Amino acid sequence: MSQIRLWCRNFLVLSSLMFAMATTAQVDVFDFETAEQEERFRQLANDFRCPMCQNANLTHSTGGVAADLRREIYNQILEGRTDEEIEQFMLQRYGDFILYRPRLTVKTILLWFGPALFLIIGLWVAFGIIKRSASPNRNNDESGSEATRPEDLTADEQARLDRLLSDRLASDPSTGDDSPDDSRR
Amino acid sequence: MKNLKLYIPVFAFLILAVFMWRGLYMDSRTLPSTLIDRELPEFELRTLSEGDQLVSNADLPDEPFILNIWGSYCLPCLQENPIFMSAREQGLVPIVGVNYKDRDNLARDWLDINGNPFSMNIVDDTGRYGIDLGVYGAPETFIVDADGVIRYKHIGTINYQAWQDEIMPVVRELQSAHAAQSAVTTGQSS
Repeated sequence: MSQIRLWCRNFLVLSSLMFAMATTAQVDVFDFETAEQEERFRQLANDFRCPMCQNANLTHSTGGVAADLRREIYNQILEGRTDEEIEQFMLQRYGDFILYRPRLTVKTILLWFGPALFLIIGLWVAFGIIKRSASPNRNNDESGSEATRPEDLTADEQARLDRLLSDRLASDPSTGDDSPDDSRR
Repeated sequence: MKNLKLYIPVFAFLILAVFMWRGLYMDSRTLPSTLIDRELPEFELRTLSEGDQLVSNADLPDEPFILNIWGSYCLPCLQENPIFMSAREQGLVPIVGVNYKDRDNLARDWLDINGNPFSMNIVDDTGRYGIDLGVYGAPETFIVDADGVIRYKHIGTINYQAWQDEIMPVVRELQSAHAAQSAVTTGQSS
C-alpha cells in the first residue's frame, strides 16, 4: 500500500515539475528607467516571433538570436525609439515572419477574413439544408429525386406502379383507404 | 446543373487536398530573405587576423563574392569547409567570413585545424551585425555582387549539390555581368 502512495507522490511531483518547465519565460536582467518602458518591452517581446524557434515568441524562446533580439529591443527602447520604429526595424531584417500578428495586406486578406468567410458559407449551406428539410412539400421541391415525381414516370413505370399498388391493396386492405400517401413516408 | 451541385464536396475536397499536399512539402524553417537586391548593411568591425583595426564595406572585394556566416561551434560549417577550401584553391570566387557569435581564439584554432578558405574574416562577436543581415543561425550564406548588393541567400549547410546547382550558377552570372561591365568602363576610358 505504501508503495502505491510513494508512486503517486512521485508522479505528482514529476508532473508538477513538468508544468513548471513549460511556463518558464526567459528572464534577462534588464534595468528600465520607467515601468512604462518595461511594459512596452514585455509587449514587444511577446508580439515578435523568434526566427529560429519558430513557434515561440521572443519572450519564451531560448534561441541565441532571440536573446540578441530582446537585447536589441531593450536598447532601442532606451534610445527612445517608438514601437512602430522598432517594428519597422524588425520587418526590414526578418520580414513579415517576425510578426505574430500579421499585417493586413492583399496577401493576408484570406488569412484575416478566411475564417469568417468560411463560417458564413457554412451557415448559409446549413441554413439551406435545414430550411429545405423543414419545408412540408419537400418532395415537390426541385431538389427531390426526379423519379419520385408522378408526372415524370414513363407509361411503363406508371403501369407497374399501378399494378404494385393494386396488388398491395388487395392483399392487405387495412392499409388502404385511411392512409393517404404522405403519412406512410 | 443539378448534377454539378452534387460534385461541390468533391471539388472542395480537391482544393483542400492540393493545399495540404503542398503544405506537407513546404519548408517553413527557411525564411525568405528581405535583403535580396538590397545593399549589404553597413558595418565597421574588426577582423580575425588584423587585431583591433576596423574594416568596413569599402574593404570588401570589388568583384562578386560569397559572404558566409560561420562559427567554430557550428557543425554544418565544418561540412561546408572542404567545399570552400577547394573553391579558394581553384580561385573560383572570394569568400568573406563573418565569424558570428564566436570567440576569437576558438575561431582561429578552428581555421588552423580545418583550413582557412576566407579571404577575410569579419568578427561579429555580439551578433549585432547578424541582426542587420537578418541572420538567425550559422551557417547562412549570401552572394554579393560587385556593387555590394545582396543577390542571393542560402540558409543552412551548403553541400556539393547546393554548391553546384545553386551557388555557382549565381556566382558565374554575376561574374560575367561584372566582366562585361568592367570591359565597357575600360573601353570608355581608353
